[in-house]
Amino acid sequence: MATPVQSHPGQSSSSGRTKRPTPRAAIKPYRRAPRRSTMLTLLTALVAAYSLIPLIWLVINATKTQEGLLSSFGLWFDDGNFALWSNIQQTFSYDDGVFVRWLGNTVLYVVVGAGGSTLLATLAGYGLAKFNFVGRRAVFAIVIGAVAVPGTALAVPTFLMFSKMGLTNTPWSVIIPSLVSPFGLYLMWTFSAQAIPDEMLEAARVDGAGEFRTFFRISVPLLAPGIVTALLFNMVVTWNNYFLPLIMLKDPDWYPLTIGLNAWNEQAQTAGSEAVFNLVITGSLLTILPLLAAFLLLQRYWQSGLAAGSVKE
Amino acid sequence: MAEPLAATTVRRRSWAGWKFVGPFMGVFALVFLAPIAYSIYLSLFRNRLIGGNSFVGFDNYTQAIQDSVFWSGFGRVALFLAVQVPIMLFLALVVALAIDSGRLYGKAFFRVAIFLPYAVPAVVAALMWGFMYGPQFGLVGNINDALGIALPNPLSGSLALASIGNIVTWEFVGYNMLIFYSALRVVPASLYESAEIDGAGPFRIITSIKLPAIRGALVIATIFSVIGSFQLFNEPAILRPLAKNVITTGYTPNMYAYSLSFSGQQYNYAATVAIIMGLITMVIAYVVQLRGTKEN
Repeated sequence: MATPVQSHPGQSSSSGRTKRPTPRAAIKPYRRAPRRSTMLTLLTALVAAYSLIPLIWLVINATKTQEGLLSSFGLWFDDGNFALWSNIQQTFSYDDGVFVRWLGNTVLYVVVGAGGSTLLATLAGYGLAKFNFVGRRAVFAIVIGAVAVPGTALAVPTFLMFSKMGLTNTPWSVIIPSLVSPFGLYLMWTFSAQAIPDEMLEAARVDGAGEFRTFFRISVPLLAPGIVTALLFNMVVTWNNYFLPLIMLKDPDWYPLTIGLNAWNEQAQTAGSEAVFNLVITGSLLTILPLLAAFLLLQRYWQSGLAAGSVKE
Repeated sequence: MAEPLAATTVRRRSWAGWKFVGPFMGVFALVFLAPIAYSIYLSLFRNRLIGGNSFVGFDNYTQAIQDSVFWSGFGRVALFLAVQVPIMLFLALVVALAIDSGRLYGKAFFRVAIFLPYAVPAVVAALMWGFMYGPQFGLVGNINDALGIALPNPLSGSLALASIGNIVTWEFVGYNMLIFYSALRVVPASLYESAEIDGAGPFRIITSIKLPAIRGALVIATIFSVIGSFQLFNEPAILRPLAKNVITTGYTPNMYAYSLSFSGQQYNYAATVAIIMGLITMVIAYVVQLRGTKEN
């Protein structure tokens, strides 16, 4: 039902295609490009500067020695004293290379925690969207209700429970709680509802394929942008996790990077210890690089995944 | 919150769906439901040096309600919520509308650049801003030296809360912007076209079409921000060594619960404080949701 159109300046040349967003990419049909505004661009650039300046500060200061940090201007390099490589080297070797250990722990927590939570959320989101089963409304109510409970309010009782089970101070104490991501569940649920046509599932059932076979063969490929999105956001949550490991772990050998960096920073407060702010800053830079890289490289996926899973009325 | 149930196949009811939902719910029960139940249990008991663990009914709650440390922490996060959240969400909304308008040069750059801080761990964000706030080698110190003035220390007195608000805003403006922007993208373009034909200007389109269309996203972002404010912990806890006198152990209710349990071993009382904060958060989140979805 193409709208009868005389060429109005503000009118798109769109075809009669239905405007309902396609589930996979939700790309807006072409509309005339509005006139660009320098004023609006400058205003947005202010917000972008606010977002980027601290990151630029971090990069610049990762090139300074501990002395250079104190003696040079914050937003410019310390002239003739470019210490980035030696800082990186020191970060990796300081304290018997404990940074490498923390990095390894973080990767472990992220791979098992974020990977596992994405798998569980994908299965459950798909189950909720595509099956009518006993207790489905209860699942919805319970999960949505629990999201409102502050995660940190759960931390103390979880710690006590885990300590009775002998799980504290082990990687499990960090991994198990990160396996549940209500946000991931919600995202995969809305995404599954839109991305997988019911006829396709019916056809597979008629052909006699089992539910799991159908899921992995037919549904997972259709869910890919949603899965990448959920995985990225779960990765951020586990990579950046601070409160939970702070409570659960006493042994520095199991620290993730976040706890380790803060321990280095607090070292300056302890009498008799040297301040290693240059290593804290370089370590911080190294900590954020993998996530920044993942977001930049996978832009296409998560941006379409978020749009399709977007919260709608 | 939008309920995706409606979009679902209505097939015969069976138990097959549990094969998919079961694993999630199993872990969910272990890390969400069991701790909630356990902390309710804990809050009804008290551990005394003499007499051991004993049932005390609502004594812990009575104590918390009269606890001035708890209420001053609560007042602080309430103030934080009232000031920081509106500023952050307004900024995020303006940027999302600007990017969605198609009137920007380089909108792909802005979308990613403003979102990037979200990928920075709260620990790193707080450490970084802590350095920048510092009078020693921070930017504040640099400005003082360059201009020969003495700006107040950002972590002193009542400025500390604003400085923490700045860090949180920096971290989450882009995230909220992205939620709004994603919601704007799925608004059918035909709506704008008919509005334009009817002679509606850009601001009219924003107020009459765009904002109502993304109401669900606005509600969700507000709820997340309410929860985040009441849980405030990481940023003040990491900045604490820089300003021990200002950022006390009871600075936020969450820091208070943490120090009660891990410095004071008062697990029962800490659980009570956590439950009260959880209840208040739930009530406010519920009110936001009701108000947000009311006029439909």
